[in-house]
Amino acid sequence: MQEITTYLAPRRLDEALRATADGDATVFCGGTDLAPQTESGVRQYKAKLLSLRRIEELGGIEAEGHEIRIGATTTISEIRRSSALAEIAPVLVEATEHFASEQIRNAASVGGNLCNASPAGDMSPPLLVLGAAVELACWREGAVRTRRIPLEEFFLGPGKTAKLPEELLTAVVFERPVVDFVGRFRKSGPRPALEISTVSVAFGARIANGLLRGVRVAMGAVAPTPLRARHVEAALEGKPLDAATIAAAVAATTEDAKPIDDVRASAWYRSHLIQVFVEEVLNDVRRN
Amino acid sequence: MMSVETEINFKLNGREVSLRVPATMKALAMLRDRLGLTGTKYACGEGECGACTINVDGKTVNSCLMYAVDCDGREVVTVEGLRTPEGLHPVQQAFVDHGAIQCGFCTPGMIMQAQHLLENNPTLTREEAKRGLEGNICRCTGYTKVLDAVEAVADKNGRCSHG
Repeated sequence: MQEITTYLAPRRLDEALRATADGDATVFCGGTDLAPQTESGVRQYKAKLLSLRRIEELGGIEAEGHEIRIGATTTISEIRRSSALAEIAPVLVEATEHFASEQIRNAASVGGNLCNASPAGDMSPPLLVLGAAVELACWREGAVRTRRIPLEEFFLGPGKTAKLPEELLTAVVFERPVVDFVGRFRKSGPRPALEISTVSVAFGARIANGLLRGVRVAMGAVAPTPLRARHVEAALEGKPLDAATIAAAVAATTEDAKPIDDVRASAWYRSHLIQVFVEEVLNDVRRN
Repeated sequence: MMSVETEINFKLNGREVSLRVPATMKALAMLRDRLGLTGTKYACGEGECGACTINVDGKTVNSCLMYAVDCDGREVVTVEGLRTPEGLHPVQQAFVDHGAIQCGFCTPGMIMQAQHLLENNPTLTREEAKRGLEGNICRCTGYTKVLDAVEAVADKNGRCSHG
């Protein structure tokens, strides 16, 4: 057990980055994942405890331009209430409807949800089908340095990301979806609220002249990380959304989804459910 | 485990408070064990049940998940802060009038969340109340009267018909 020697709640990003430069800081915003993980002992504190919540430049949604930017400390409630995002990226707002409870949505941040890197994280599938990237910052040679990586390269395993210990996730960004972009999100659990997904699926594509283009399909809780379902995507790309295409996409799920048995569901059940969900989501798009 | 203590200052139920708390202490433990406000209940301790719901800067959160240090500079309201000099808050009164209580352990959290919902949507429907109270679990399963109480306040607020 490590003694926490410093608590920091800076107002500027550079102050926070200087604090994480030695890689010995536990970073949080709402604390909704950190608190239970440290209470139960699955996660240990580092020497410094760093709250990002007061850093104004890490909050807020910029939705005016070609690139949509959601600051890391933006809460799930703020995304849920954003009329701009409801118009630009309804698939993301839809996912917030199924996210925990209002009390948790009011505290939890999108950056924290991504950095927690749960295979079942609710923000991951919709952001993956939006083609999102994460912005990572660090303090080097007296300045703030940033880099971007695609979200799908960010997730390395349960609780593991490509973020270096000295880095902070500062924002999630994605290109404004084209006007004919169609998105869907579906998640399953025994009850509608406060549920960690048994499986989840997100779909995004546009339909041009009756054919699916730019298809992205993402899945949660069927592998060590949230993932892009490349085989399902290949079965759909350039095809008309008819019964044969849907059947091929459903058949392809077994190539992408490699679930495990755990306390929430068996691998068999997850494999079955993800097929049902892919079929339902595609039928829903087809009908509308 | 040892952890550094930090001085925090915040507004609690309308009054300024100042105290030193360990960095890992949760707001719930601070309220109950340091400040003697035991209306906010400890139940699951992991954000599943809502018994510890408090209002921070106008939004409800689970105080079992909130770090006490994060209260610094903010405005915190607990169930003890709802009552006015004139008497019980209308939501509290509605819970009394409708017998929206069984063992009572979830009641403070239910009332805090119901008050928050009604403040943001004074004439909400029963369906909206259900969605908004999803994060509050009643172990006795006494949900019907809670929803009746919330609806009664919505009716008093000028709601036209039952939703």
